[in-house]
Order: sequence, then C-alpha cells, then structure tokens
Amino acid sequence: MTGTTSRLVLPSYLREDAGQRTPVAFDGYRSTGLRAPLRTPVDLPHRLTEITGPVLGEDRLAPGDGDLTLRAGGEAQGQRIIVFGRVLDSGGRPVPGALLEIWQANAAGRYRHVVDNWPAPLDPHFDGLGRVVTDALGRYEFTTIKPGAYPWGNHHNAWRPAHIHFSLFGTAFTQRLVTQMYFPGDPLFGQDPIFNAIPPTARDRAIAGFDLSRTQPDWALAYRWDIVLRGTGQTPFETDDDGDVA
Amino acid sequence: MSAFEHDSPLVTGADETNDRRPGTPRRGSGFLDEPPALHTTPSATVGPYLAIGLTWPDGPDAVAPGTAGEIWLRGTVVDGNGDVVPDAVVETWQADPDGRFAHPDDPRGSSSTPGFRGFARSATPGGEYAVRTLKPGPVPDGDGGLQAPHVDVSVFARGLLDRVVTRIYFADDDHAGDPVLRGLTPDQRATLVAAPTEDGYRLDIHLQGDAETVFFAL
Ligand SMILES: [Fe+3]
Repeated sequence: MTGTTSRLVLPSYLREDAGQRTPVAFDGYRSTGLRAPLRTPVDLPHRLTEITGPVLGEDRLAPGDGDLTLRAGGEAQGQRIIVFGRVLDSGGRPVPGALLEIWQANAAGRYRHVVDNWPAPLDPHFDGLGRVVTDALGRYEFTTIKPGAYPWGNHHNAWRPAHIHFSLFGTAFTQRLVTQMYFPGDPLFGQDPIFNAIPPTARDRAIAGFDLSRTQPDWALAYRWDIVLRGTGQTPFETDDDGDVA
Repeated sequence: MSAFEHDSPLVTGADETNDRRPGTPRRGSGFLDEPPALHTTPSATVGPYLAIGLTWPDGPDAVAPGTAGEIWLRGTVVDGNGDVVPDAVVETWQADPDGRFAHPDDPRGSSSTPGFRGFARSATPGGEYAVRTLKPGPVPDGDGGLQAPHVDVSVFARGLLDRVVTRIYFADDDHAGDPVLRGLTPDQRATLVAAPTEDGYRLDIHLQGDAETVFFAL
C-alpha cells in the first residue's frame, strides 16, 4: 500500500477533566480496594477502533421492553413513574438511534438476582430490566416503578439511595457509558460512597429532575434525566427546540 | 491491504492539513481546547446485579455461531489478591479479518463479513470470560501505517466506578510497527498479548498485582 503517504482524518472525542469525571477508585467504596487498577493508565489516542463502536438498535428490543410495570401477565407493585429525557453529546447534538439498557431494584429495594438475598419481597410482576432506543431527536422514555433503597455491606448501616442503572453505547467505543440515575432530594446521598465518588461539580448531572408537566394525571409521576456522552470536540452549538438540554 | 488504499474520501495525502476549523466538512472538528457545550454524565459502577441488564443470550457472539474461522477468546479476570472476579462483564470491540469495522464511520466502508457484529459481551461466571469471534486483521493507524490485529476491551464490575479499558493482541502476529505496543515496555506488552489455545486465544486480565494489565485512558 502507499502506507507512508496516506492517512485517515479521524475525529477525537472529548476527554473531561478529572474534576468532572468519576474516578475508577474511591476510598469509601470498599470493593474498589482490590479491583480498581493501581497503575496510571496509558493514554490511547483515538484511532479507528475507538471512533467506531457496536451498532445496536431496534433489533435488541423485545415488545414491552420500554414498560417495566407489566411483566408475567400482571402489574408491578409500587409508585408508577415515567423516566424520560434526551441523549446528547458534549457538543449538544442529539444521539439518535442509541440503545439504552436499564436495570433496577423493585419497589421494596430488592433485585431479581441470585446474589440479592436481603429480606424484602420479590415482585412476581417485576424483573427490573428495560431497553429502549432513542428517537431521531435523541429522546427516550421508560415507564417503570420507583425503586426502593436497599442496604449493603459496605459500612455500618449502609443504604443505597434509590437509583436506576443505565447503560449506553452511543456510536463509538469512546462513548460507552454505564451509570446510575438518582432521584432528587434523597436523604441517603450523604452516606453513600458510590454517589459521593462523583466529584461535587458533577453530582447534579446524576440526579433526575421531577417534571410535573410530564406527570400523567391519575397515572404516573415523571422524572426527566438527560444523558450526555462524549462528543467529537466542539462544533457551533445550536440550542435545540426547547433549549433545556442540560 | 489494498482495501486501505486511497479509494476512500477520508484517506488523504500526507501533506493535506487536518483542517479542524468550524464549518469544515469533517466530522469531529476536534476543538479539544475549547470547553464542551455540555459536561458529560458521570459514570458509576455496574454493581453486583449487572447481569440483569448487561447480559444477552447472544452476548458472547461477535460473529454468528458456525462461521468459518470462528475462534474463542477466553481469559480470567483476577483481582489484587489473585482471586477470580466472578461478577464482571467483559465487552469486546474489533475489526473483521479484513481489518474493517461493522460500523458506518469506517471510512473504507462497513465490514462485509457475513454474521460479523464485532461486539461481544461476556459475563465472568467462575471468573472467566469467553467471546466467539474471528481473528481481526490489521487496522490502519491513521498515519499511513498499520496497527497490529487487536481487540478493544472494556471491563465492568462491582468495585470499578468506571469501566477500565485494555486491548488484546495476538502472540503470533508481528507487533513491531504497532503504535500502541511500541510505546510500552516488554513487561507491559506481555500483559496485552493473548496466547494460542486449542480453540482460539487466551489472555487473563489482572486488575491489580505484579502482572497488572496495562489499562488505557481514552
Ligand atoms: Fe443498584
């Protein structure tokens, strides 16, 4: 090939400052002690492998994946909620066609998982798994129930604030994100090392907002949570239709 | 290697400037010196119940079962005590044997290998991941050279507040020209090179310890 004289022009994805990112390890979260790598990671420039990523869309969905309240022929127990928002990149551009996967505890704070054996009831009509794909404007929406808080063994009297686990792929390996969405005003934030591992300046971005305007009368409360993936540097930023992208 | 030659609009001459000004047609104008319009959402650990959300029946299949040339990539995920990590998920992303990605942003065109997804996710019951795939081909490095065949890897687990990223290379390839391996010491390189096995290749991932795997900051 004419290798020495040709090159590819590739985008490079923004890397946030450490003050805006969750570190891989955090002192108060005990399990990081033997698992989080100790050596400084080596910088990896973004080449073809990093700027591409799995193309996952509607083919990963099954009917009903966006509504977690109806499983096994019945209705889940708990406070019915709508969780919705947009997936954007750090340039403010919507990320359409993006697969979102969520998992969560039931209303009593119990996961349907063999390792979860704390004495709260399982719900036969709740499995805690949801999947949707963003629309052309990057919008997503789930119907689910508000998860309960649950205890864990990290420290004395440790309780996880209510949260929903989110997994997103975006369109590039660099954009892969797994995170947790919290609910506003949770009194358990102060004692939770997983929440507090997030730098203070970034914590608000992990908390959904209550949205009365999207609450469905006589049916469900609504929480809005926009998710921002790394973008390819800066392009002229245009405010979207409603302007409230953050 | 002819597939990498100048038939793509994104393969350009060496003396053409990489014009990143706003308004230029290239995607990813790359003004990394400017602040982002929006800060990114912070990551969080997958926790102990990740299998609910992050496993698929066909998760381990980067290529359809029965595809000619299929191999298994396997390995154990090990913690700082040398204990296996039975509750991780390992995800892999790679090019096909022609060095092309199953993705529209591959400037040479998306992979044409039938049944090739290029992505797999494997839980680690008993500490071991296993991915069914095809051995990737060399991939352009963007500067006129080639990267040795490799697989990008993400590891998620309880106790990791963000994914950790590494690569798998293959022991029977020539690594001399690879721009990533070139920057590493021999000991570091050894943590990234999978050894041949009966049905593919094997590489253990050490989260900590003397043989701590080289992890990358993206
Ligand atoms: Fe959880």
